[in-house]
Amino acid sequence: MNHELTALYFMWKRELIRFTRSKSRVVGSLAMPFFFMAILGTSMNGIGSLPAGDGNYLEFIMPGILAMVLLFGSVFTGVIVIMDRQFGFLKETLVAPVSRTCIVLGKSLGGATTAVLQGLMMMGLAVALGASVDLAGLPVVIALMALISMAFVALGVAIGSVLEDMHGFQLIMNFLVMPMFFLSGALFPLSSAPEIVRMVSYIDPLTYAVEAMRFFLVGHSTMPIEISLGVLVLFFAATTTISTYLFNRIES
Amino acid sequence: MDIIELSGLTKKFGPLVAVDSVSLKIREGEIFGLLGPNGAGKTTAISMLVTMKKPTSGSACVNGFDIVKEPDGVRRSIGIVFQDPSLDEELTAYENLELHAAMYGIERKDRRDRILEVVRIVELEDRINDIVKTFSGGMRRRLEIARGLLHYPKILFLDEPTIGLDPQTRKHVWDYIKTLKVEHGITIVMTTHYMEEADSLCDRVAIIDNGKIIALDTPDALKDSLGGDIIIVRTPEPRKIEEAVKGIARKTKIDDGSISLSVAQADKKILKIMDIARERKIEVQAISMHKPTLDDVFLHYTGRNIREEAVSGKDAMRIRHNAWAGGRR
Repeated sequence: MNHELTALYFMWKRELIRFTRSKSRVVGSLAMPFFFMAILGTSMNGIGSLPAGDGNYLEFIMPGILAMVLLFGSVFTGVIVIMDRQFGFLKETLVAPVSRTCIVLGKSLGGATTAVLQGLMMMGLAVALGASVDLAGLPVVIALMALISMAFVALGVAIGSVLEDMHGFQLIMNFLVMPMFFLSGALFPLSSAPEIVRMVSYIDPLTYAVEAMRFFLVGHSTMPIEISLGVLVLFFAATTTISTYLFNRIES
Repeated sequence: MDIIELSGLTKKFGPLVAVDSVSLKIREGEIFGLLGPNGAGKTTAISMLVTMKKPTSGSACVNGFDIVKEPDGVRRSIGIVFQDPSLDEELTAYENLELHAAMYGIERKDRRDRILEVVRIVELEDRINDIVKTFSGGMRRRLEIARGLLHYPKILFLDEPTIGLDPQTRKHVWDYIKTLKVEHGITIVMTTHYMEEADSLCDRVAIIDNGKIIALDTPDALKDSLGGDIIIVRTPEPRKIEEAVKGIARKTKIDDGSISLSVAQADKKILKIMDIARERKIEVQAISMHKPTLDDVFLHYTGRNIREEAVSGKDAMRIRHNAWAGGRR
């Protein structure tokens, strides 16, 4: 058991080492959300009435942009399973005398940690742009970010376990991740969206992540926080179970 | 003593039978080679022995552990060097080895010493803290061998250990493999499609084609089974030579202006034949000898030459990948 935990710790550490060595990738992954926030957040200010952030659009989209960073960061580290497969490292982990569950958990925890770190960096940038963050509430926000990240890393691992190569990756980004982001109400209030968009957004797990982030960061959400958190916990349980199952099934 | 035993091991992919009811025994401490063309089933056979693929039918024991029922026992007994690279390129050599040590349950206090020990075997001490991305193909291979040895396996599996390496590095890797056997007593099971590699390294060789073992013996015995070495004498009087070498040659064959003789140990017999010809004043224009290679053995058993096999798509990809990786160094 002890040996399994050690293996889990080293899988986690591996993700962190890779994160600190890939500075250009981190900058690249933060660039798009930053532009969204810097350009949309400052120029759309005051164009309409917003239900949150006292009409300050920057503060309205900040939680949404953070959720976006978490989503992209987590799904990406999960999908890295494909890269591990292509570069052969996956085989090394698959034939080790450790349970696959330990490997996939270590990997997911590591991926989630790096996603939260990216979220915190983004939060720093938001503050630099003029958004205000309540420091006292930060621990709760970090815990929430960790929950969201772990759920989406697991989703990424699940996808990565079934995809054969990197070709499928663009497809996932364009047909799953981007729609998830746009439908989540990260950039606009869902209350102003047409009925059909709103309906679809309710099946988007990221909607609940954005709602919860908004609740804890700017004190407003259209959905009761118990529902957002409940859905996120269920989503986390589901993706973790599925990813563990699918990862266990890989036969290379 | 037999350390690995396969009985009726079979792996099917749909209608394709990749490994077809293979039974064989590998002895402790030997270097055992699986030799065959690309796609013969070597890698699939190894994959089953290292518990990466499950057999369709049949069974195998590795170090006394059943590959299906006791995979963790098998995994702890073996080290593996895969055909394709399997290092994390973004980690340093040390970090790669450390992760491996953790996964194989090596105690924290022993990790550093073990890592230093194995990098010394493959002479990579001075690059231990460098990121693997900066390593050449040969250095990566050596690091993978080091990693395979880290948990003191009883058996080391090497799948095409020298594929894509330049001749000098290949020679180097051969030396390491021999050292492992001689100094550390490790049983080595390797696959290769290089005949000279199997010949110079392996104690015993199984020739595999279309998933079946078609011959198994020491390289010398396999070559001898073809009837020995060939000496070709160019002479206007082949009949006289034939008469003269009676008792030396096992078989003779006369062609126009030459005669070929099947003999044992051609390098010694060739001098004798020269002496006899001179004694009897038979004119000899040229004399040459040819030792059968494992190529000839393969040809003999399959009717095909191993080198005629087309390069598979995966190989082509591997070659491209290596070229690309080489360009970055």
